[in-house]
Amino acid sequence: MPYTAWSKEAALAALELIRDEPGPVLIALQRIQSVFGYVPSEAVEIIANYFNVTRADVHGVLTFYHDLRTAPPPEHQIQICVAEACQAVGSRELESQIKATYGEQVSDAFCFGNCALGPAVMVDGKLIGRATPTEIAQALK
Amino acid sequence: MKSSAVTPIRIFIPGDSAACSVGADEVASKISLLAGAQNLPVEIIRNGTRGALWLEPLVEVEVGTERIGYGAVALTDLPSLFDADFLHGGPHALNLGPVEELPWLANQDRITYRRVGIIDPLSITDYESHGGLTGIRRALTMEPAEIIAEVLESGLRGRGGAGFPAGIKWKTVSEVQDEIKYICCNADEGDSGTFADRILMEGDPFTLIEGMAIAAIAVKATVGFIYIRSEYPTAIRQMESAIHIAHSAGLLGQSILGSDHSFDLKIRVGAGSYVCGEETAMLESIEGKRGVVRSKPPLPAISGLFGKPTVINNVLTLASVPAIMAEGAGAYNSRGVGRSLGTQIFQLAGNINRGGIVETGFGITLGELVNDFGGGSRSGKPIKAVQIGGPLGAYFSAKNFELSMDYESLSAAGGMLGHGGIVVFDTSVDLAVQARFAMEFCAIESCGKCTPCRLGSTRGAETIQRIIDGEDPEFNKKLLLDLCEVMTDGSLCAMGGLTPMPVKSAMANFPEDFDNRVEAAK
Repeated sequence: MPYTAWSKEAALAALELIRDEPGPVLIALQRIQSVFGYVPSEAVEIIANYFNVTRADVHGVLTFYHDLRTAPPPEHQIQICVAEACQAVGSRELESQIKATYGEQVSDAFCFGNCALGPAVMVDGKLIGRATPTEIAQALK
Repeated sequence: MKSSAVTPIRIFIPGDSAACSVGADEVASKISLLAGAQNLPVEIIRNGTRGALWLEPLVEVEVGTERIGYGAVALTDLPSLFDADFLHGGPHALNLGPVEELPWLANQDRITYRRVGIIDPLSITDYESHGGLTGIRRALTMEPAEIIAEVLESGLRGRGGAGFPAGIKWKTVSEVQDEIKYICCNADEGDSGTFADRILMEGDPFTLIEGMAIAAIAVKATVGFIYIRSEYPTAIRQMESAIHIAHSAGLLGQSILGSDHSFDLKIRVGAGSYVCGEETAMLESIEGKRGVVRSKPPLPAISGLFGKPTVINNVLTLASVPAIMAEGAGAYNSRGVGRSLGTQIFQLAGNINRGGIVETGFGITLGELVNDFGGGSRSGKPIKAVQIGGPLGAYFSAKNFELSMDYESLSAAGGMLGHGGIVVFDTSVDLAVQARFAMEFCAIESCGKCTPCRLGSTRGAETIQRIIDGEDPEFNKKLLLDLCEVMTDGSLCAMGGLTPMPVKSAMANFPEDFDNRVEAAK
């Protein structure tokens, strides 16, 4: 996925669009991540100053949510659902198989709402139902 | 000779994310390509899914007044489908006949889901011609108190899991005097085995908007938020488009449908936190904070979002309101049993042969859902366990298949209906491992505010591991039950309070999985 290289100007431009939103800290972090692929540490102070909240407030939100990352994402993101409905159709076995192949690029997820067609895997934003290693490999092409 | 002005053949191929996860997008592009090559004029409509997910991608072709279904269609089936003249309903191994007549659909009672899979989700004209906007038009002729009375009389209870009467919540908010009030829709459908909120938002988003607008009229709120989890990108996009269209059509904004009510709707996207489905954690998250649960009281109805009176309802609760307002409370509460009135949207998931959405009156049995609709397990092995109501719901065995699916019966059996999800497991499942997972999941997702949940979950997972390892099992089972009692009684919200439910039900209904582990492993 093409992300912008970090710059304070690009960060401020992203925040400008949500200037008047009520309760902006989480949306601000989400926007920063969608622009840069992650939330660089410099962004914390910028968000705090922009919305007149403390850096601790921003840090607290940043570290609470699983979606928010503080380091650049891997080249490909393979998220495998390991919640109950997918466990019932073998997602744990699939998880260990694909972790052996793709290592750090694989992360656990809890439910994509595709529970009748599991195991569900999301590859770079594309949802795959009844996923197999072959289909995951194909989606990565 | 064919005229170029000939009416195109209408083909429905779901744009639903479950259908697309098994190739609906690719099938749609290929049909368009092949039809073009043969000079056949076609119009492809990306409808929602009918909910018969095992038939996806389900391609429907309009022939006269009927829609003939073909499913499940793979890319490799397309040449033979064109050869069989499927665009005119021709015979083929995948031809299912008129979709409405499929027993799986015909045996349901679709009220909330009446339009899902049928209409073009983003066509307000289609929405209106299938009964949309009737409810809100009637609501606009009534006093707010009359709307609330109608919702109360319908018996509608919270479909998110708690089952609290929706009308009472609305009444409380309506009686608080404040300039600013909010309607918050909880679309943080995090329970494994549930997908009904997602399918409705993707397949019939205007129903949710109409339901929220009716709630706003009833309690005099002017702003609404829909909190959708980030795992649902298609639903987010669909709701954004629908809100935009609803504004242009006058269903949202200043003076909705020409009345003196105004109502604006915003979307907030979650960030991968399960506990944000708990209503007060959701409010914190909408306010942009950590998703930490609030103590109650005060109730959100009195002091909710940004400290203002707030109606919080689940997607399915709000989406049931337009039908109740259109046809009256009596039509709705004539369905169901006891104090569980109306219809429930059940979701068949996991190791199930025919998984998907089953909307029917409360009181159907578990066995009817799992065997008659679901067709047993997908693997073909016998069913060993079903978990009802998400990760915090109870595990039942096939001995419980006579159980009536309603709030009271499930509660009496030591379970809960939750959001209506049913996850099926075959004989390969180990219930001690599932019980440990329930504790592990709670440890990962706990907001950390109260000790029984934050620490109890980790200690619980460790204790179950000791039982699995055969370490003083009788003592550790007693310890685990004691811990469960502390978590149930001492946790601040349902996360810690209900995690013991899957654990205790697994121990009660599958004692063999907790006994003699070491001997069994030998």
